[in-house]
Amino acid sequence: MGINFKQETFRDDFSFRNSPEQVRRFPFPFHEDGYMYSVNIEPHVPGAKNTVFEHLFDVDEHYVSEMHDRALVLAEDPLRCQSLPHMTLAGWDTLELLMTEKAKSYPEHFSLTRDGDKWHWVNRPLGIDDRFTFGDTSTLPYDPLEYITRQSQGDFAVLDQRDGNLWMDAGIVTTQADWSLDFDIGMNFFEWHAPVPLAHEMGVFKRALKFLMALQQGQPARRHNWTMTINPRLDTSPENYHKWGTDRTTVTPENVGDKVHLRVEIQMFFRLPRSNALLFPIRCYLIKMDELVTSPKWARRFHRVLRDLPPELAEYKGLVRYRPTVVEWLSKYDDGAPTSPGFGPD
Amino acid sequence: MSAASMLSRPVYGTLSPQAGKHHLLVADAEGAAAILDLAKNAPADFFAKAHIIYIPGASGPEYIDALKALNPERFYEGPSFAAALPRLRQTFDAAHMGTRLYIAGSEGLIGQVMQVAAEAGVDHASIQTEQRGSLARRVQCVHCKGITENVTTQPVKCSHCGLLLLVRDHYSRRYAAFQGVCINAEDPTDIPPTEEIFR
Amino acid sequence: MRAGSNRIDVTVTDVVVVNELVKRFHFERTHGGILPTFSGGAHVVVEMRDEGKTRLNPYSLMSSPLDTRDYTISVRRDDAGRGGSLFMHREVKPGQRMVISNPVNLFSLDLRAKKHLMIAGGIGITPFMAQTAQLAGRGGNFELHYACRNDALATYADVLTARYDRRIHLYRDDHGEKLDLEKLLSTQPLGTYLYVCGPAGMIKWVRATAAEAGWPDETVHFEHFAAPQPGKPFDVRLAVSEVDIRVGEHESLLEAIEAAGLNPPYLCRGGVCGQCETNVISYDGKFLHNDHWLSEEDHRSGCKIMPCVSRFEGKSLTLER
Ligand code: HEM
Ligand code: FES
Repeated sequence: MGINFKQETFRDDFSFRNSPEQVRRFPFPFHEDGYMYSVNIEPHVPGAKNTVFEHLFDVDEHYVSEMHDRALVLAEDPLRCQSLPHMTLAGWDTLELLMTEKAKSYPEHFSLTRDGDKWHWVNRPLGIDDRFTFGDTSTLPYDPLEYITRQSQGDFAVLDQRDGNLWMDAGIVTTQADWSLDFDIGMNFFEWHAPVPLAHEMGVFKRALKFLMALQQGQPARRHNWTMTINPRLDTSPENYHKWGTDRTTVTPENVGDKVHLRVEIQMFFRLPRSNALLFPIRCYLIKMDELVTSPKWARRFHRVLRDLPPELAEYKGLVRYRPTVVEWLSKYDDGAPTSPGFGPD
Repeated sequence: MSAASMLSRPVYGTLSPQAGKHHLLVADAEGAAAILDLAKNAPADFFAKAHIIYIPGASGPEYIDALKALNPERFYEGPSFAAALPRLRQTFDAAHMGTRLYIAGSEGLIGQVMQVAAEAGVDHASIQTEQRGSLARRVQCVHCKGITENVTTQPVKCSHCGLLLLVRDHYSRRYAAFQGVCINAEDPTDIPPTEEIFR
Repeated sequence: MRAGSNRIDVTVTDVVVVNELVKRFHFERTHGGILPTFSGGAHVVVEMRDEGKTRLNPYSLMSSPLDTRDYTISVRRDDAGRGGSLFMHREVKPGQRMVISNPVNLFSLDLRAKKHLMIAGGIGITPFMAQTAQLAGRGGNFELHYACRNDALATYADVLTARYDRRIHLYRDDHGEKLDLEKLLSTQPLGTYLYVCGPAGMIKWVRATAAEAGWPDETVHFEHFAAPQPGKPFDVRLAVSEVDIRVGEHESLLEAIEAAGLNPPYLCRGGVCGQCETNVISYDGKFLHNDHWLSEEDHRSGCKIMPCVSRFEGKSLTLER
């Protein structure tokens, strides 16, 4: 009973869509009818069947196409994957974690055989079958971080921990909400978060950092974040902003349902064993407004969240131009009825 | 997004003498005045263990005699940062722990010397810095990655790819540059007026 | 964030007498399989059940991070302490089942270093056993200077010298050998990081000498777990949970809070990680602060306490817990 991988695009003709099953497992991020920043961190434990939390690393129907899109981005701009020299060990840690979990969660698609440091990795959906020596970079076609994250949905930042802070010293970033890994490499937790409004003053980052510094191996945590994207474009990078920025002016009442997407990031935190670094996978899920409103509760709630969003957040997330049009469109799906607490559909 | 709230922006201080076996002081233009001020509080033997690298630039010969009068162990005057770079690298390569670094002058110079120091293994937090003189910025275009030097206006045209850039306060120590992002990406016909603000 | 929620069942597979003061303990998973990978400098918290009391003591892992079929720790007997080390020496035997925490690293290598300079005193050698193994496996540049009382107490000096030869420098008190620290610190290339683990006095001396020689704070790493000290019993009110507890003579405040059924956060149980920091609501008496976490100002303020190592003497103490 494997996953039915789709062939689709996240650029040009934008053929991406979610199957009805995928819509049902969409990680809707609002547990109430409003939104503000908070230290929303919870343990990352495997969750209910048919949710994106069933396994530590979710693989879904978009896997193969997302990996193809990543390869296109990297071919155009190799600076999207970088690792400072002292981060190679953390790269091996990342490779071990992702291979072990994928093989455990999806044995029909991935397998890993270990004989000491001689490893054999098979990735059936992408047609990869490689034997290599764990710890020896010359036995892989890419450095370990790039090798495994070219086969893993979502972006990854790898943080070195030292001097009471976390440092963004490696990563791969091709499906981001408008931030540049290349620019942020070498920054600490407060520095790379510098552009975020309000949260610093609220003390969110101080408390979050304290939690992350103490995060232990074997006890991963997660949080979510969200924004909106016009067209199902994964690579909304600052690097290419001059190419996709005009998308934001194309929203009309007629095309909201198909063009406007809610973009949810499930962000995870893992302590890496050999390097004592922190791995930060950022998994992005997209859903069209047409797909979202198939759940009446999600439609009502998202209408209220978007309508009442503090202006600083709307500005930071880049929603200002099209928010009124989308709120107007969503209002048709909001009869004012109360919504039930929690994330799931009613 | 005011400058005060942008936590990636480096905070420059006032040079002050640190415990150490050797002292490497690098300055451009009016940065020399910061070294002269530091000298007022320095222990008697400080400059006997000091190496000054000075790039006078727009200040011309104004500070040279005063710097020499500090009697540093070594004194070098160079025509540009680029010209001083090989010497700076060599100095770091030969240096031992216990060498303290002080940088004063334009933000561009401070950032670029810190870059070289970082390659040599010096932790940025251990470096004394003081900004003097021009507030002109080094700006990296996030699109083409080219760096435009001596930016004084908002917005600015990227000297490499020609896009009109908003100069953000977001700063990268690794590039020693502020971030420039296309200011009219959403509507290329919108051309805001250019103001001279970083002086 | 409790070790309690992430415990590992282990069996003691070997107990080795290393010398008159030190014993080495080997642990394997009781139910088979390899133990979690760790990084050099990490410790585990070992749970000791001693006549109805539970004691949790941190010990540095000293086995190679490259081989986690077993974990090993070395324990120095402390006859004046609260009994944790005595329990390990007297009661723990091969075949015994115990519980340890997942490894946590509060003393990790700075992998940016062009060179790692390590200074150990006495039993402070243990984290360096793992760190040198980790570095040697990847061709890392390190040098270890190790001070001890005499040959008999030069714990693992023979092993280290056999493994790393001239990278190990030994200083024996009874031979009048002395580490010339000032000279050592003055000849290190830029980009060297300094690590020190040993008795409190030694750490203080190394840090002060390094600061004097112009080594920035960021380049000086040290590990010193404070051992919880025995002391007079005292009473505490835990305001949030509305319980009154008594802290016994040989018990830490943290242990007494746990004995009352609460699960306060901790990582190191040695006053260094900051996790157990607790606000004081009111007090009448005097604090006996033993931690390395709070600032002197915090200590003076009477607003905070680290229950893993600090105590109290006086009439009343109410904590926000
Ligand atoms: C350690 C791992 C983390 C990494 C690598 C990371 C990275 C980032 C980056 C690169 C941005 C974009 C900043 C920009 O505009 O340039 C961001 C935004 C943000 N981060 Fe984090 N972050 C991490 C953890 C956290 C945690 C633990 C929290 C809070 C509990 C948090 C809260 C936020 C918020 C509120 C935003 C603004 C997002 C928005 O409104 O769209 N982050 N983060
Ligand atoms: S548990 Fe680490 S300071 Fe108390």
